[in-house]
Amino acid sequence: MGRNFRDAVAITGAAESEVGILPHRTEMQLHAQAAKRALEDAGIPLSEVDGVLSIGSSHGTRMPSVQVAEYLGICPSYSDSTSLGGCSFEAYVQHAALAIDAGLCNTCLITYGSTQRSGGAGFGGGTDPWLPFSQFEAPWGLPMMTGAYALAASRYMHLYGTTREQLAEIAVAARAWARLNPDAPRHEPLTVEDVLAAPMIATPLGKLDCCLVTDGGGAVVVTRADRARDARKAPVWLWGSAETHTHSSIANMPDLTVTPAARTGPAAFASAGLRPQDMDLAMIYDSFTITALMTLEDLGFCGKGEGGDFVSHGRIAPDGEFPMNTQGGGLSYTHPGMYGIFLLVEAVRQIRGEAGERQVPVNLALVHGTGGALSAGSTLILGKEPRR
Amino acid sequence: MSNKPVPVPDSETTPFWEAAAQGVLKVQRCTGCGEHVFYPRVVCPSCLSDDLQWVSVSGRATVHAVTVVHRAAAPFKEDLPYAVALVDLAEGPRMMTQILTDAPEKLAIGDAVEVEFRRQGEGPPLPFFRPV
Repeated sequence: MGRNFRDAVAITGAAESEVGILPHRTEMQLHAQAAKRALEDAGIPLSEVDGVLSIGSSHGTRMPSVQVAEYLGICPSYSDSTSLGGCSFEAYVQHAALAIDAGLCNTCLITYGSTQRSGGAGFGGGTDPWLPFSQFEAPWGLPMMTGAYALAASRYMHLYGTTREQLAEIAVAARAWARLNPDAPRHEPLTVEDVLAAPMIATPLGKLDCCLVTDGGGAVVVTRADRARDARKAPVWLWGSAETHTHSSIANMPDLTVTPAARTGPAAFASAGLRPQDMDLAMIYDSFTITALMTLEDLGFCGKGEGGDFVSHGRIAPDGEFPMNTQGGGLSYTHPGMYGIFLLVEAVRQIRGEAGERQVPVNLALVHGTGGALSAGSTLILGKEPRR
Repeated sequence: MSNKPVPVPDSETTPFWEAAAQGVLKVQRCTGCGEHVFYPRVVCPSCLSDDLQWVSVSGRATVHAVTVVHRAAAPFKEDLPYAVALVDLAEGPRMMTQILTDAPEKLAIGDAVEVEFRRQGEGPPLPFFRPV
């Protein structure tokens, strides 16, 4: 394959801020804490950062990259606060590669911080009266975001006969992985029966089909390839990438059973010159069990409608043949509003061999983020070695 | 008194809500390409024509997706459980609505429903749907 812009960069640093329930923290503190940890992880000084890509989840953070850069004392030559919701960070890696390859900057700092759990500032869409959501959706009392994903799940299960038990397998596997992660908040075992017995939120999704609601932040450092080779740790290379969005609100989703991953998966694999079966690890956005199920199909790991069988019988759990969401995912590790940064951090740790008890053998990892009401998607393929 | 969100009509949506006040469901139809358009826009999302006319539609629809809500925030808590659906109008557009029924758990995808305007708080009447 010919050279492409992705070959210009590597990920050299990745870290989380404190995560969990953090009433003593502000959103900006979590951006900064994660940024410091990620730059130390990379062994790259703050003075080298000339690209800032940031977003937060509260309405208070207008111009997020500008606020973060000021707080950290950075005057960047590339700045980006594109909002694709939870997959913003996967898209930022692609944007960072484009900017670095184009010569706009050399070292990009991607950050996230959120106190959506403790801050009480609310999360999600705006309330301006002119918004289509305000006039045509808010009056119906659909609990967001669970209700939007419940509507998609109802259609999906109607078409394919997938059962709640099969969806529950995703939550059960996530908990099994979380039990191997000392930083996960819940270590008690979870069974399919537990998931089915949990209180119903919006059919067919019960409480344990839904991700945790936490505070937290994360950061990733993307560096020009030649500099990356001199970083403190082995670089993680960008093989493939893609981003898209297909709608904003769930009522406008072109097909409730086909996620943006159906576009970004094939595009990312094509850019990497790889296939789904080449992946050693899948980090798949799991805001809800149905999110992960449909995404796996759309990325090509199994056929449409086969996701229920695919995730069953322990395949995606520890010791299964398909390692997925190895830190416990949004379902059992952490989910502070926009979870995509945590997918990236875990993929980097796994590729570097830093994942402790949950380590699996990884040369190539797929990371797929989802934003909004199955609205946006971004896929990355990361490797231990540079793309050939 | 209900604190449920109510629509505030604007220059784009006033014809929809004025028709609703008369018990009529209207959507836009593009004279350029013939597509029915919902939600209201100043340009057609299929062909970008700005010649969109308001037309009355039958009010008949089919349930495309449905969820029975069992947990909701304060203003809707008193109604639990209730069914929120995406319905496909006979003329094409899809819209979110609540289905009026005493047995929300019996609703199924593919069910025929028809519009029934009802007030919810201070705003204009809303296009609920009811099983046929």
